[in-house]
Amino acid sequence: MLSKRLIACLDVRDGKLAKSVKFVDTKDIGDPVAKAREYYLDGLDELVFYDITASHEKRGIMLEFVEAVASQVFIPLSVGGGVRSVADATDLRLAGAEKINVNSAAVKDPELISRCAGSIGEQNVVLSMDVLAVEPSAEIPSGYEIVINGGRTRMGVDALAWAQRGEALGAGELVVNSIDADGTREGYEIRLTRMISEAVRIPVIASGGAGEPSHLVDVLGEGKADAALVASMVHFGDYSCSGIKRELSAAGVKMRMSW
Amino acid sequence: MAVIIDYDAGNLRSVQRACAEVGLAAQISADPAAVRRADRVIFPGVGAAGPGMASVRRNGLDHALLDAFAAGTPILGICLGVQISLDYSEEQETKTLGLLPGRVKRFAFTDPSLKVPHMGWNEVRPVRPHPLLEGIAPGDEFYFVHGLYPAPEDAESVFAVADYEHEFACAIGLRNYFGTQFHTEKSGRVGLELLARFAAWDGSHAE
Repeated sequence: MLSKRLIACLDVRDGKLAKSVKFVDTKDIGDPVAKAREYYLDGLDELVFYDITASHEKRGIMLEFVEAVASQVFIPLSVGGGVRSVADATDLRLAGAEKINVNSAAVKDPELISRCAGSIGEQNVVLSMDVLAVEPSAEIPSGYEIVINGGRTRMGVDALAWAQRGEALGAGELVVNSIDADGTREGYEIRLTRMISEAVRIPVIASGGAGEPSHLVDVLGEGKADAALVASMVHFGDYSCSGIKRELSAAGVKMRMSW
Repeated sequence: MAVIIDYDAGNLRSVQRACAEVGLAAQISADPAAVRRADRVIFPGVGAAGPGMASVRRNGLDHALLDAFAAGTPILGICLGVQISLDYSEEQETKTLGLLPGRVKRFAFTDPSLKVPHMGWNEVRPVRPHPLLEGIAPGDEFYFVHGLYPAPEDAESVFAVADYEHEFACAIGLRNYFGTQFHTEKSGRVGLELLARFAAWDGSHAE
């Protein structure tokens, strides 16, 4: 039986680990290569890095960073942030990322998803979506809208429709990140996650709001997510990857328990 | 020197890095002569069977692989590299290498709650002893990403199974050939240990 996955997300700025709170103001909290290795040895199932480097000139630092992680960490690596072209995706793949996350560039240019899928394989293209709860309307019937720029720009695109379009364009997985829950540590947006997971056949990774293990139990059960993404919960030492997995397993969630 | 076969099918450097981690020096090559000369061969790959097999043929790597197999060189197939090693794949109805008798079948995915493809960590259960599977304990999981699975003709060729929709063969072998449907290079400690055993394997096992 397939296990649910625990995924840690590291925001990386100029090669350093940063953690955003509600996507505003970030602070550096350490060496991401060392963190990645620590989590890997402690039973983490998968890693995601978001490059939040402001300038395009510093992209080279990210490639070196991915290369450094890939030579020390032998679980799937996923990288996103600023992927605007097949060339960006290919560079990151060569540096050692299995999966490439596309986000805002795909909202502006949906064909980016199919171009990347055609080049690096559907299973390696992750569509990451930032979602804001809004009043349901004719334009946004689900009541969830796609946003970009860290939540500052509303795109007039319904999140449910976008998830299904992303799947049709060849995305192999979805990250559903609730802007409302992100950084609150009060729990995932269960309703949103479940709605999207039931509407697509590809795996859904829940993101935003994790504060304690019971939040993961909820989103992997009731929320029907295939994987749960954590960040500050583990970055600041409140919880360990192995500790979270033990609690999930004890709560009846199928997890990989030997590493 | 081990050779990792390059046929434009995915991230071979991941495999090379994992080999380096277990002390196995491996060169990435598309040269059939290098494959024939190699001490051991790794045949990895992700992607679809049709283009994968076409690329193997175009470069003459099909004959090189069959020659290395006949010469007794230890060969490890991974994911698409396994699927291409059988006779035939339902993916694009592709005639493949025929190194190991059998076919590659599609999961039906009739249960709507099952996500497509089979992606993530799943338990690998050895069903018959093999030097490369020594030490795998109940509950050990490996990382999978695939929508088709190998179905060898001979049950004796199945060395481990996993469950998704139904039980399927996830490690198969014949003489000096061994193949894993899972990505052993991305499966943490247990995956690296399997690679380390491959690095030490002479290609024989008890029949």
